[in-house]
Amino acid sequence: MNFLLAAWQWLADPVNASGPSGWGARTVEHLWYTAVATVIACLIGIPLGYAVGHAHRFRTFIVSSTGAARALPTLGVVTLFGLLLGIGLAAPMLAFVLLALPSVLAGAYAGVEGAPRDAVDAARAMGMTEWQILFRVEAPLGMPLLLGGIRSATLQVLATATLAAYVGAGGLGRILFLGLKTQNYAMMVASSLVVVGLAIAVDLAFEIVDRLVKRSFPKGVGAAV
Amino acid sequence: MKWILNNVSTITDATWAHLWLALPAIVLSFVVAIPVAWFASRFRRSRFTLLLVAGLIYAIPSLPLFIVLPLILGTSVRSLINVVAALGLYGVALMVRYAADALDAVSTDALLAATAMGYGPLRRFVGVQLPLAGPALLAGLRVVAVSTVSLVPVSALLGVNSLGMLLTDGFQRGILAEVASGIGATVVVAVAVDLGLVGLGRLLMPWERAAARRDARRTTVEDKQVVAA
Repeated sequence: MNFLLAAWQWLADPVNASGPSGWGARTVEHLWYTAVATVIACLIGIPLGYAVGHAHRFRTFIVSSTGAARALPTLGVVTLFGLLLGIGLAAPMLAFVLLALPSVLAGAYAGVEGAPRDAVDAARAMGMTEWQILFRVEAPLGMPLLLGGIRSATLQVLATATLAAYVGAGGLGRILFLGLKTQNYAMMVASSLVVVGLAIAVDLAFEIVDRLVKRSFPKGVGAAV
Repeated sequence: MKWILNNVSTITDATWAHLWLALPAIVLSFVVAIPVAWFASRFRRSRFTLLLVAGLIYAIPSLPLFIVLPLILGTSVRSLINVVAALGLYGVALMVRYAADALDAVSTDALLAATAMGYGPLRRFVGVQLPLAGPALLAGLRVVAVSTVSLVPVSALLGVNSLGMLLTDGFQRGILAEVASGIGATVVVAVAVDLGLVGLGRLLMPWERAAARRDARRTTVEDKQVVAA
């Protein structure tokens, strides 16, 4: 409990909280990394997942790529890119996007691919074009699953961003590793607690959005789960 | 390639250390998740809360958890108990959802029949519900196993030995082959553990293979009928 108190005191000290390397600025930086990487992963993953899901093809490729991504150690991806691209933001960013992509892709794909055939056939019979079917029928039905994919991608990036300080990136991991190096347990615990709080806050925010989406798309694929 | 040949013993040692962290955590996940899932599936109202908590635990990034958990456990950050407990916590959080779904999916008729035959609650759970949920439980445990194995390397940042040491050491010394072999070996261990679980499943649930074979035969017969028609 002493450490918890020490961590609290560390966080409350304005010297540690403010300034460009205070935990306030590091939190913003951490969220910024997470947002940028997730958005890039969405820009690549959603069109690709929609295309593949609409065409009902390459199922094995999607399933095996998400499976393989799960076996990949995140620290390995971060250190490998760190070595290949050197210190800086490019290496960790690339690692984040690579690790976020499978979840987004799988979510976009599964939602569209799982849209009830009856609904799609009905839309086609009504004379909708393929684009209209995709955006007016399949995409809304797949919204809950897509959101689930984006949710796990975001949490994955948030966690990996903590490790990225090891290869020279900023974010809250910076404070954590400084604490590790200097054997400052209060600092380590304090920054860890901020990351934990951030992850839980982001997850709860997604939970709320998820409820809203399921209310707007009550017949969405996987909505009953 | 040369680095790998010169350091075979380092890689083997790290692989064993890796397994010594991952395997107890996987077993722990399964053993703890089953009663929790039973509770969630038996008392419907607790299900939502339990799954929400499990989801939140799973959302916690691993490195901070490795650092905060000793505050609760009273161990040191580098202790193996701490690492196994943290990995196990993730495993439980992931497994509870799969296990609750697996137990729910068992047909009510089978459970009612068992009760009618005079099975008590415990005997019914162990003798009927658990074996029938077996294949779905195995599918969940395979996901848990693979993600546990790939999570272990993070503990190397605290100085705990595993294949993750090849990643940190390789990065610090700028040896690309070491980092690459660390990633490769972790994936190989994950695949090996996964295959081991599949084998274990076949051993413990021989009826599944018989059923699969029967189904396959039936489909081919049906296919022939369709073709003939």
